[in-house]
Amino acid sequence: MLQIKNLHAGVENKEILKGVNLEVKAGEIHAIMGPNGSGKSTLSAVISGNENFEVSQGSVTFLNEDISELDPEERAHKGVFLSFQYPVEIPGVSVTNFIKTAINENRKAKGLKDMPASEMLKLIKSKADLLEIDRKFLSRSLNEGFSGGEKKRNEIFQMAMLDPKLAILDETDSGLDIDALKIVANGVNKLKSKDNAVIIITHYQRLLDYIIPDFVHVLIDGKIVKSGTKELAYELEEKGYDWIKEELV
Amino acid sequence: MAKFTEDDLKKDLETKEYEYGFYTDIESETFPIGLNEDIVRAISKKKEEPQWMTDWRLDAYKAWKEMTEPEWANVNYKKPDFQSIAYYSAPVSIDPNKTLDDVDPDLLAMYKKLGISVDEQKKMNNVAMDIVVDSVSVATTFKKTLSKKGIIFMSISEAIKEHPELVRKYIGTIVPTKDNFYAALNSAVFSDGSFCYIPKGVRCPMELSTYFRINQAGTGQFERTLLIADKGSYVSYLEGCTAPSRDENQLHAAVVELIAMDDAEIKYSTVQNWYPGNTEGKGGVYNFVTKRGLCEKNAKISWTQVETGSAVTWKYPSCILKGDNSVGEFYSIAVTNNYQQADTGTKMIHLGKNTKSTIISKGISAGKSQNSYRGLVKISKNAKNARNFSQCDSLLMGNDCGAHTFPYIEVKNKSAQIEHEATTSKIGEDQIFYCNQRGIETEKAIALIVNGFSKEVLNKLPMEFAVEAQKLLEISLEGSVG
Repeated sequence: MLQIKNLHAGVENKEILKGVNLEVKAGEIHAIMGPNGSGKSTLSAVISGNENFEVSQGSVTFLNEDISELDPEERAHKGVFLSFQYPVEIPGVSVTNFIKTAINENRKAKGLKDMPASEMLKLIKSKADLLEIDRKFLSRSLNEGFSGGEKKRNEIFQMAMLDPKLAILDETDSGLDIDALKIVANGVNKLKSKDNAVIIITHYQRLLDYIIPDFVHVLIDGKIVKSGTKELAYELEEKGYDWIKEELV
Repeated sequence: MAKFTEDDLKKDLETKEYEYGFYTDIESETFPIGLNEDIVRAISKKKEEPQWMTDWRLDAYKAWKEMTEPEWANVNYKKPDFQSIAYYSAPVSIDPNKTLDDVDPDLLAMYKKLGISVDEQKKMNNVAMDIVVDSVSVATTFKKTLSKKGIIFMSISEAIKEHPELVRKYIGTIVPTKDNFYAALNSAVFSDGSFCYIPKGVRCPMELSTYFRINQAGTGQFERTLLIADKGSYVSYLEGCTAPSRDENQLHAAVVELIAMDDAEIKYSTVQNWYPGNTEGKGGVYNFVTKRGLCEKNAKISWTQVETGSAVTWKYPSCILKGDNSVGEFYSIAVTNNYQQADTGTKMIHLGKNTKSTIISKGISAGKSQNSYRGLVKISKNAKNARNFSQCDSLLMGNDCGAHTFPYIEVKNKSAQIEHEATTSKIGEDQIFYCNQRGIETEKAIALIVNGFSKEVLNKLPMEFAVEAQKLLEISLEGSVG
């Protein structure tokens, strides 16, 4: 589904990703772990097309198509979803109105008409129930005054609504207490199928207790330096990242 | 990868063309340019006005001659040469006995381009419209339905002839002829406008609506509106404006007077889209408007405005809360782009006891424009327990525009409670990227963010208008982004 080859990217004069290789197949869950500043969030930003980062080398192929030249919304239309580490506030725009707009824009890109209101309401209701979201929450302004947990739950709600092929969860566990973490993880697990894939970007293995990854990759200084299974995450939790750095020397 | 930055956003906004910039070739009858007593007399005569009206105009003209243009507003422009303006222009193909079907096809075509199909309005929207093109009403609908309830809704010229007692009693009582420079000018030369009277206890069954439009090159537009809601009555009035593209600056100095008697309520909504000038700041309408309403006991006046047009706007719809327990409201969205300048706000004058006022002002600035809110809340000595809440929010797009807030508060009674809140924010690249990532393109994202920002005010507009207002916001800001 996703192939990243020798990806170099960064901001002005500063290379952050220094040759990332990654392949994600349908049905798989990948975790990307690494210390602060290793380039984890840059990787998610580059895959989703954030224009603050420049790709200097390499390619990003999604569903057999090179997407590195596509606008972020075009990637979204193809099924790339990013759950933001810091979701932005849009005052005066309700959660419902925002997701309705997003769904209809995605439909428009596919040449479909707006989703009928009754169908939309049904979909919203079922996904809100899935994530144990209170109905009142849906009429609040997007992310305005939301707690950390509410913001993340809202991200997963949007993911459930948009039903992407590839979901990148950028530090979704940060700011969540254990109950919220379980609800979010539970939601992701329910949405998971053999046709979609998930990339989890995280600091800690905590989330990986609830969403079991097929592969764990360690990103250090802009490169994936080690890959393994879930066991690797436990090892990292126990020993930190220094032993890998030493191994590299 | 197409990198979309704030600079691009700015560029995109600047290249947005004025959608309604066309000119309809209607034969017009225009007076010689310049202003003097003879011109004032000629206008009055042309309109077959009674002597008292002519005298009233001349009085105003004499006062105006002695006045100077106000300079305190936060706007910069080349002052109009009042002697190089034609003060009267009417489409010549007008016949007061005409029905809508007889209206000049060119005119109807013009409405269609603007999306104002009178027929459609009639059939679908249940809106009675008194359409003003270059000063003279050409079509009045629903008159019969309204007259059954005793409601008078006609052009002010007709009202001067048919209801002189009402016009004479109230005109100039809220905005006196000598009130300010532009009000005096308007009083001297006003060409037409609307008149409305709602009898005691009557609830006007439909939204009343007027569309204004400047059509003739180099013609000033001086509208005069007088709206009287008798005791216990209710009316919702809609006013919308569009103007075609013109190179020279055009002057628009309107006066609107509202009178809400005991227990009456007036909702006055405006969508203003006069030509704002081109991307270099050339051309555009100067909009110098005096709007004021008087509230008697338990009465309520709500001003709601969506201002997207004009090169220079100078406008402060105000409420005089004279009666006890009266309520004044002001909800405003002002959008400026390119070189537009707006200095707008309100005055809430609390005279009676337990009077309440609410001010919600939303300013959106883009391009190199300047957007100012200027508001006065005045609590007089006798206004016991007066309340005011003011909220002024500014949204900036790009780095070359300005947002300013000038709140004035005068309190002479200790029991008053006044609250003022103000915020300034910017549309961020991060907000746009967030929307993009959800599949929402940039143009739509801006519309979404702007609508969210303006929501509290848009919600105050009648349904018929809210859609149009939303469309205008989109046209004004993100028409060509993408």
